[in-house]
Amino acid sequence: MEIFEPLNHAFIQRAIIAGSFIAILCSTLGVFLVLRRLSLIGDGLSHVAFGAVSFGLLLKVYPFYVALPIVMLGALGILKLIDRARVYGDAAIGIVSSMGIATGVIVASKSRGFNVDLFNFLFGNILSISKTEVFTSLLFSAILIGFIVFFYNELLSITFDEETARASGIKIARINAILFIMTGLTVVLAMRMVGIMLVSALLIIPSVTSLQFGLGFKWTLILSSFTGVLSVVAGIFISFHADLPSGATIVLLNFFFFAGGYAYKILKIKS
Amino acid sequence: MRVDVVSSENLSFQYNHSEVLSDITFRISEGDYVAIAGPNGSGKTTLIKVVLGFYRPSKGGIFLFGERPHLFKDWQKIGYLPQKSSTLNPHFPVTVWEVVSMGLLSRKKGGDISRADENEAIEKALEYMDIKDLKKRLLGELSGGQQQRVLIARAIVGEPELLILDEPTTALDPDTRDRFFNVLSEMNSKKTTVIIVTHDVGTIGKYASKLFYLDKKMVFYGSFEAFCVSREMADYFGEYSQHVICHRHDTAKPSFTL
Repeated sequence: MEIFEPLNHAFIQRAIIAGSFIAILCSTLGVFLVLRRLSLIGDGLSHVAFGAVSFGLLLKVYPFYVALPIVMLGALGILKLIDRARVYGDAAIGIVSSMGIATGVIVASKSRGFNVDLFNFLFGNILSISKTEVFTSLLFSAILIGFIVFFYNELLSITFDEETARASGIKIARINAILFIMTGLTVVLAMRMVGIMLVSALLIIPSVTSLQFGLGFKWTLILSSFTGVLSVVAGIFISFHADLPSGATIVLLNFFFFAGGYAYKILKIKS
Repeated sequence: MRVDVVSSENLSFQYNHSEVLSDITFRISEGDYVAIAGPNGSGKTTLIKVVLGFYRPSKGGIFLFGERPHLFKDWQKIGYLPQKSSTLNPHFPVTVWEVVSMGLLSRKKGGDISRADENEAIEKALEYMDIKDLKKRLLGELSGGQQQRVLIARAIVGEPELLILDEPTTALDPDTRDRFFNVLSEMNSKKTTVIIVTHDVGTIGKYASKLFYLDKKMVFYGSFEAFCVSREMADYFGEYSQHVICHRHDTAKPSFTL
């Protein structure tokens, strides 16, 4: 069938495989972040990634390798600002985020010739993903999903009620550091797919969509992953057939899923 | 000889240079049922948080099962219900079963509970709090009183050796409150040490064996019988109020079997 014709192309196969793994990662991690009112951490860290990518392009080093440690440091920086400096979470994200974007703008303004590459990172293009990038995405996604499964009870308990979690012997600071580092890694992985500008959408929207259905925690995670993967796969097909930018198509699809979920909730309340 | 479950020596705690707890020395032994009472801002919740190691004392020492709380590792011995359950996110996507299951986390981490035992313990805790029929419901769909019963079930599900409850009966109706106190008495009779923070000295007098009256410093710590003839308490409550509290304490405990 013509609709499945894109599957004959190797670059589409690569995009679907890598995209699905990253979607599962973003949408499960996103549920924890949204419920802890840290939704905008993805947005903040993507701005740090912007600064890091600019540096990478300036130094002619593959931006992924530069962004990885810098974004993780940014994630830990936000955590320290919240814990030690007693800065409110949203303000801490704002501080680190604006530092990242300011650095990126300064570096870009002093550079010559790499603004086109920077544009690619800003808006992403999952269809141009290489074999090495597929492998890296799969490896990191598998490790991070493994972390979420391994620390599932701790993450759930802290997200639900930090005080009681502490009285269960959970090392809150350690688990929070793991969560923030995982978020940083996820942002770097996802920016290649949907771009720096839209990465937070993949962390937030599938989670918020799944929250509309009034399910228990495990089913919320499963539904969030499902809508994330569906948006990536359907987004790739639509962008191929309609010649649309893939990242933006994926994000818009996520918005439509959210609208559907919200409509379901309203109908359920009225019935 | 009974083992000390919680003890302190000249414990003081400061917050923002202001003394919240001052020079407190006490021992709570295995099997005790202690009610901590005192006016608003008297340091009751702070004392609980120092006991659990959330805050470190400014002076003196505190011991939980003989260890400094920040070094304590046997968390499966502790069941805890914090005060601020009203701050829970009402839209949190979690079922009653999932919430109660969280009370077994420290035992699950230690790997000393099978899935079958976990299910049995959860069923039992739900039955104790009379919420078995709610187990598949979302927490956010329940009334405030039902939510509190779920959180109490989470605190007792691991059959802890020490149960610490910070104002647990605030949202409960009288029947549920009586049932809850009877469950606590039943657990206490099986050697669970109970520490309960409450404003309702009259009601708790029917159940607790000791009263700890706190007003930044320890005003009174001893049995209810001693409390009823205490001069300090007469000064604090007034002769008439003390008489009412002690009168209620004299009433027989209702029989209850689980």
